[in-house]
Amino acid sequence: MSVDLNALKTAAPTITALTAPFWDAAAEGRLTIQRCEDCGEAVFYPRPICPHCWSKRLVWQDASGKGRLKSFSEVHKPGHPGWLPAAPYVVGLVELAEGPTMLSFIQPGARPPQVGDALLLAPTAIGGRVLPAFKSVEPATEEKPE
Amino acid sequence: MSRSKGAIVGIGELKPQRLTSGVTTLEMIAEVSRLAVLDAGLERGAIDGLLVGPQVGETPQHVPATIAEYLGLAPTMANVVDLGGASGAGMVWRAAAAIEAGMCEAVLCVLANNREAAAPRSPNRNPIREFDVPFGASGANISYALLMQAHMAEYGSTARDFAMIAAAARANAQSNSDAIFFGKPADVEAVLASPMIASPLHLLEIVMPVAGGEAVVVTSAERARSLRKPPVHLLGAGEKVTHRAVSQAPSLTSGPLKSAMARAFQQSGTQADEMDLLSLYDCYTIMVATTIEDAGLCAPGEFGAWLRDRDLSHKGDMPLNTHGGQLGFGQPDLAGGMTHVVEAVRQLRGAAGGRQIGKAELALVTGNGATMSEATALVLGAA
Repeated sequence: MSVDLNALKTAAPTITALTAPFWDAAAEGRLTIQRCEDCGEAVFYPRPICPHCWSKRLVWQDASGKGRLKSFSEVHKPGHPGWLPAAPYVVGLVELAEGPTMLSFIQPGARPPQVGDALLLAPTAIGGRVLPAFKSVEPATEEKPE
Repeated sequence: MSRSKGAIVGIGELKPQRLTSGVTTLEMIAEVSRLAVLDAGLERGAIDGLLVGPQVGETPQHVPATIAEYLGLAPTMANVVDLGGASGAGMVWRAAAAIEAGMCEAVLCVLANNREAAAPRSPNRNPIREFDVPFGASGANISYALLMQAHMAEYGSTARDFAMIAAAARANAQSNSDAIFFGKPADVEAVLASPMIASPLHLLEIVMPVAGGEAVVVTSAERARSLRKPPVHLLGAGEKVTHRAVSQAPSLTSGPLKSAMARAFQQSGTQADEMDLLSLYDCYTIMVATTIEDAGLCAPGEFGAWLRDRDLSHKGDMPLNTHGGQLGFGQPDLAGGMTHVVEAVRQLRGAAGGRQIGKAELALVTGNGATMSEATALVLGAA
């Protein structure tokens, strides 16, 4: 895939006051998610109450950026026309080390993705905005983190 | 006082504001729901019914699933009440009726609205729009492709296993001259040769959108006796809503239909293997595969072997979607799900003509919405 992802005319996130800390962090190349101070569960996507215990004591914490690929799809016919120049590209369900699962863009790697792949946060400029995308951890980089 | 039909045990209310600023309707629903459940002294997990209004600014469709996911609820009865100013009162008796029907025990009835000075341009600002779409995941195809890939990875199911479901639907459509694919069969090879849409999902494993309409009339068992057509009875029902976005699904290889079907079987005193007809919602091949496994017709992961051993036609040992299913009949939007009800009624009446099944006493009908997230199961019985 040689297309410039940052030049794609994709749909930007519909940011609200509640979710702004997630996107502000994303712009800085960080992944920040909520954690409940009462039940201790990590929460994604952002909410005003904890979906596990309904506590309002949610705080923002940077995630480790480590995850596992629960599933993926190589998209040949995108649902949004802005993605057509990038097809085929891969999206995946990323189970974060902290617990919750998020959908993300999976950067092309040396080999095709496989369910169970260890992933690492790989901030990627897409459609004019840095998004918390992921990439497979290659054995070589696993020993010597970037 | 006449016998109580149900009781209101908790209330919540937000202080009115002339205008809100940067607050979503979903956030306000979360706040006021929390107050009502706290007032009731119930645990969050005790809420197993959810009635919501249609005016959730952030999401035009799948409103109960979106709210259930947001609140971390998994209700066994969920619905929109769209009666304008009568919606609140309309929710109360519907909640009581659902409890009396044995569908749930504690129903959260919630309405809320924000009031922003400048309405946002996009009417669709739900969590999927914010957290899936910008990453390249728009539409149901990708969600079901993710479910299919997960099934293949967990159980070693193959593209051929899934293609058999589409081929069987096309084969059954050849017995229904109304089906959009009547006269257009497609075998397993044709399904596998069709274009890849989102791996591992091929074009012919996806329903064809069509225009259409379906309707049924429901009355009491007593009244049914005096009417002209042989009645088809509702013997049991189950419902479950677990999430909206595929990223929030509690499982990728088993869905809410599992518990919805279990309740329908329990209410009707029947078992999956007693059904004479399976009328299973089939937006994608993976949906049928998971439903067969969740119904307990075979062990998890073994739908392929189960299919290979069976004849799914109206003449076969396990008739499945004799109208062609939506994969063969076409999907007239929401009416597509109702085709499974209408075909079951036709078969149980003994009025399916050239595609009539042999013994026609019990049918399982399933419905599925969003990303294997909204599930309803019915057990229907001939008079």
